[in-house]
Amino acid sequence: MNLHAIKAIYIFELARTWRTLFQSIAGPVISTSLYFIVFGAAIGGRFASVEGVSYGAFLVPGLVMMSVLTESVSNASFGIYMPRYSGTIYELLSAPVSAFETVIGYVGAAATKSVILGTLILLTARLFVDFSIAHPFWMIAFLMLTSVTFSLLGFILGIWADGWEKLQIVPMLIVTPLAFLGGSFYSISMLPPFWQKITLFNPVVYLVSGFRWSFYGAADVPVALSLAITGLLLMICLAVVWWIFRTGYKLKN
Amino acid sequence: MQPIIEIRGLKKTYASGFQALKGVDLDIRRGEILALLGPNGAGKTTLISIVCGIVRATAGSVTVDGHDILRDWRAARSLIGLVPQELTTEAFESVWATVSFSRGLFGKPPNPVVIERILKDLSLWDKRDTKVMALSGGMKRRVLIAKALSHEPRILFLDEPTAGVDVELRRGMWEMIGRLRESGVTIILTTHYIEEAEEMADSIGVISGGRIVLVEQKAALMEKLGKRLLTLQLQNPLDAIPAELADFPLTLSEGGRELVYRFDTQNERTGIAGLLRKLGDHGINYTNLRTEESSLEEIFVSLVRERA
Repeated sequence: MNLHAIKAIYIFELARTWRTLFQSIAGPVISTSLYFIVFGAAIGGRFASVEGVSYGAFLVPGLVMMSVLTESVSNASFGIYMPRYSGTIYELLSAPVSAFETVIGYVGAAATKSVILGTLILLTARLFVDFSIAHPFWMIAFLMLTSVTFSLLGFILGIWADGWEKLQIVPMLIVTPLAFLGGSFYSISMLPPFWQKITLFNPVVYLVSGFRWSFYGAADVPVALSLAITGLLLMICLAVVWWIFRTGYKLKN
Repeated sequence: MQPIIEIRGLKKTYASGFQALKGVDLDIRRGEILALLGPNGAGKTTLISIVCGIVRATAGSVTVDGHDILRDWRAARSLIGLVPQELTTEAFESVWATVSFSRGLFGKPPNPVVIERILKDLSLWDKRDTKVMALSGGMKRRVLIAKALSHEPRILFLDEPTAGVDVELRRGMWEMIGRLRESGVTIILTTHYIEEAEEMADSIGVISGGRIVLVEQKAALMEKLGKRLLTLQLQNPLDAIPAELADFPLTLSEGGRELVYRFDTQNERTGIAGLLRKLGDHGINYTNLRTEESSLEEIFVSLVRERA
C-alpha cells in the first residue's frame, strides 16, 4: 500500500480547495442562504408545517443533501478531469500507485470537502431556522455515505468526459434535476399518487428521506430502504471504478 | 553485469491500427546514457511510455532491474523517473508543492532536504513559491525534471528534454545530465538533435519504423560507420585523375583544384602514406590538406535511409 501517495494526492486535492476557498465554500453557502430567504421565509411562511416540523426546518436536510450531491460530483469530476485535460495524468499513470490508492486519494479529498460543506450549510441554516438532530450518528453516516458515493460518481464522470461540456452536462441535466425532484423541497406525500410512484425511481428520494429521518425521525420511505439504496449506489459506483482501472478505459492506450 | 532494463519482443499496435512498435529488443546497461535517435513517429515515445507504464504493450516483456513491469509494477516504477516531451504541468500549484507531490506519489516520505537540493541543482530554488504557470517554458521544463527526480530514481527517461530550449539552457541541462550520470543514474533520452547524442551519450540506439535499427557504443558506431575524407589542395589544377593513381578512390572537385581521397576508418592501413608518396613521385604538388570525419548526423541519415 503506497500510503505516501494517498496522502500526497489527498493533500494536493484539498490544497486546491483552500486555494479556491471563496468559490468552493462561499458559493454554496450564499445560495443556501438565498434558498432559505426565498423558500423558508418568503414562501414557507404561508405553508403549514410539513410532517410536524416548520417548512423552514423541513428544508434544511434537503438543501444540505442537494448541495452535497452536486458539489461532490462537480468537485470530484474536476479533480480527475483536470490532470487528464492538462496532460499531467502521465505522472499518476507512471507512478507506483494502484487504482485503489488513486480513488482513495481523489474521492477521499472530494468527499472531505463535501462533508465540510454540508456542515457549513447546516451552520448557516441555524442562523435562519431552529432545528434539531434526532439521530446525530445516522446524520453523519448519511452525510459521509452520500459524499463518498457522489464523489465516486464524479470521479467516473471526470474519467468519462472528454470535454468541458460533457463535464458540466451530467450535473446540469441529471444530478440537479434528480436532486430538485428528489424531495429536497417537499415531502413526496404532497405529490399526486401517480407521481409518487414515479418519484420512487429517483435514487435521490431515498438519500434525502433517510437524511431527513436522521433529523426529525420522520421519512417518506423506510429508513432501512434509504440505507440500502445508498449502499447499492455506492457499490455500483465502486464496480464501475474498478472496471475503469481494470480495462484502462480512457486512461491508457 | 545484468542490464538495468531488458526489453524483449516488444510490440504495440494502437486501436487505430497503427503499429508503433514491431518487435523491439533492447538492453540498457546500468549507469550509461543511452540516446534513442529516430525520426518523428519512429516509436521513441511509445517505447518509453510502455516502460513507464503509461501505454500497454500488445506483446513482449520489459524488466526493470529484474522487476517485470506488469507483475512487479510497483518495484519497477519506483525506480523510474520520467520527463515527458510535452510541457504538461499543473498551473496553479507552487513549484515546491508540485515537486513534493511527485515525491509522495512515488511512495517516498516527505524530505525537504532532498527537494531543496534538487531545486537548487536546477536553479529553481528562487522560484520555489512561484506558481508554475508564471514560469517561462525553460523553467517549466526544469520543473518537470525536478518532479521526475523528486523520488531519487535510479533510471531517468528524458523524452526530448531540450526541444524548444535555448542554447544556453541546453548546455546547462547537458551538464546536469552529466552530473546525474556520475551519481550512477541510468539515463535514456530521446532526441532528434544529433548534436545532443554526440555530446552526451555513451550508447546510441537508432529506432526507425518501430524497430531498433542498431545499438552501439557511440565511439564504436562512429568508428564503424564513419567515413573520412582527405582533401588536398593542388598547386596546379588537374583535368582528370592521372592513370597512375587509378588504384585509389579519388575524385576531383572545385574545378580540379582539389583532390578528394575517401577512406574507411575501419581499415588499419588507410593508404594515406602510399597516396602521398605516389603524388610526390608524379610531381603533383599540394599546398594544403585537411581530413574530415562524417558526423553522427550523416551516419544517422544514411542508416534511416537504408531501412526505408
